[in-house]
Amino acid sequence: MSGKNILTIDHLSMRFGGIVAVNDLSFDAERRKITALIGPNGAGKTTVFNCITGFYKPTSGAMRVRHDDGREIQLERLNDFRISKLAKIARTFQNIRLFPGMTALENLMVAQHNALMRASGLTFLGLIGAPSWRTAEQRAIDLARLWLDRIGLLDRADDAAGNLPYGDQRRLEIARAMCTEPALLCLDEPAAGLNARESAGLSELLLSIRAEQGTSILLIEHDMSVVMEISDHVVVMDYGVKIAEGSPEDIRDDPKVIAAYLGVEDNEVAAVERELGL
Amino acid sequence: MTAPAPKPAPASRAPDVAFIFKKALISALVALVLFSLMIGIRTEAGPAGQLIYWTRFGDLAAVVAAVFGGSIVMELLRQWWGPVGTIRIVPPSVQSALAVARRAIAPVLLIFTFLVPVIFYDQRYILDLGILVLTYVMLGWGLNVVVGLAGLLDLGYVAFYAVGAYSYALLATNFGLSFWVCLPLAGILAAFWGVLLGFPVLRLRGDYLAIVTLAFGEIIRLVIINWQSLTGGPNGVSGIPRPSFFGIPLTPGDDGLAAKLGIEFSPTHRIVFLFYLILALALLTNWVTIRLRRLPIGRAWEALREDEVACRALGINTTTTKLTAFATGAMFGGFAGAFFATRQGFISPESFTFQESALVLAIVVLGGMGSQLGVALAALTMIGGFELFRGLAQYRMLVFGVAMVLLMIWRPRGLIGHRAPTVFLKHSQAISSDLVKEGHG
Repeated sequence: MSGKNILTIDHLSMRFGGIVAVNDLSFDAERRKITALIGPNGAGKTTVFNCITGFYKPTSGAMRVRHDDGREIQLERLNDFRISKLAKIARTFQNIRLFPGMTALENLMVAQHNALMRASGLTFLGLIGAPSWRTAEQRAIDLARLWLDRIGLLDRADDAAGNLPYGDQRRLEIARAMCTEPALLCLDEPAAGLNARESAGLSELLLSIRAEQGTSILLIEHDMSVVMEISDHVVVMDYGVKIAEGSPEDIRDDPKVIAAYLGVEDNEVAAVERELGL
Repeated sequence: MTAPAPKPAPASRAPDVAFIFKKALISALVALVLFSLMIGIRTEAGPAGQLIYWTRFGDLAAVVAAVFGGSIVMELLRQWWGPVGTIRIVPPSVQSALAVARRAIAPVLLIFTFLVPVIFYDQRYILDLGILVLTYVMLGWGLNVVVGLAGLLDLGYVAFYAVGAYSYALLATNFGLSFWVCLPLAGILAAFWGVLLGFPVLRLRGDYLAIVTLAFGEIIRLVIINWQSLTGGPNGVSGIPRPSFFGIPLTPGDDGLAAKLGIEFSPTHRIVFLFYLILALALLTNWVTIRLRRLPIGRAWEALREDEVACRALGINTTTTKLTAFATGAMFGGFAGAFFATRQGFISPESFTFQESALVLAIVVLGGMGSQLGVALAALTMIGGFELFRGLAQYRMLVFGVAMVLLMIWRPRGLIGHRAPTVFLKHSQAISSDLVKEGHG
């Protein structure tokens, strides 16, 4: 039972002055499952992400990560960079944050910084060109090549990341996060700005990541076709509190969720639902 | 900024005549307003203290006409050579020839530098100038790590130059340590001070970082001036030992290098030795920097310049990354400082003013931030060019200023504005400067 959840959020609250962005939120993310965090704009989803990945220190509450080997890590005690290093949580950003002046390959190499730093003997072995460093570097390039191949960007490996089309940049950011070899991947609106075909490709990529790498995924998304297709579990937030939780099918029919999203009279809900294909 | 749609050259230039005239007219109007009082009217105090003034409308008209004409010429030049973003009317054959020349420039420059003491053996002035240029090349390469790679604007770089110089001067005069022992010590001490500076400025960005580093440079200088018992204050440190050829002094005596080699002693030997010494130090800086760029730490520096938040999300410890950048840059500054002290034989706080920091920063910015070749070219232009125009006396600064303005119009991102990738799968292609970030401070 204890090994089932990779992430446990316990009574998390985040206040900015008088504004309560997240209020007493609790939910779990299961291991090797895709958990979606949805809600209208301003519901506090990204704030939750920023708390999990250490960019914000929560006002109160606890966040725990439990790894395969039984190690348990309290996230609220760690600095942002240690969360990636120790808790093995990687994230992407709502507005893409690649290194635009570096090539796609270099972006994926930077993501392997901590492993490479160790292999280069904190730079000194690398400086003299030790053979152990050379093999480690080649391994890193191979891993980057593998991911570039999986996101279909192998041909553009040597192009500057800032020159890639928007959809490619989104996928490259996911590949970069995966190059840190995370146990939990947090994606902040990965389908934003993608067309229908690209969204479908994204869903496929995320399902394959879960299947092949065994990575658990926590997902913020507004594109309901992606959420309904790939999520195993959905958590709905509005005004900083959890209003519903369950399987995609349950959520689809939850009147509270529909009201939060559409804000319509109950007798009109069915009509609007049909229109949106929900 | 969107690039203008490519059009045939004549068509794109034809309607511009009116625009050029309008622009020239506006420039002339501004000049008229400015110079009407500065040149148009001349005032003087008369013998009894009364105001005497007379008009010089002829001069005023000439200046305004010069501005008008100059503006048209400038605009035409811009149309033909074009700043970044305009259509170039250079035939492809010339472009490919230029590309070949560009690739050959670094090796040619390096070979020439090696031959300088051979070619100009009799010309002490050129050798001294070469040493000066190489010192600034080394300082530029050192600062390039901090500003160009890590994107941290450092206005107090001269502090580390001073730490290196005083480390060698004081260790050599007080404890009699040789140059070759002091050189690494000077580097280590400067790196230590680099880390000390790094700690308080870790949270600062942009303008704030620049001001704190500027203050740090001044603090070091003021401490050197006021700590008289240790540093000699404004009198400086004199009698700093000259470097030896790995223990063999370069003196006319029997145990000097010349006597041991069985050749006649000449004071030029020392100058040539110093030339190759600074060349070796500069090349060491270059080699280490190029190696570091291809190591995880160097990539982390560049990633930090591109996006600090993303770095933290990828598990990069931005604190240590920034500190190592400061320390590495400072270490090279310290080496250069130790060399400066042994070359001069005398150092005083006057050599380490803000002017020096600004000059080194100008070299890095002018060269193209992050580009090793660009920095070397910029140091050659700035220091060498400055000497070249010595004959122009008081107009030297004017020529210099105009040259800088022109360069910033044509090459806003420095002489070498593109970035070379550190690793590639198939082929390495230069990354345009539009994509490369300048850092947030």
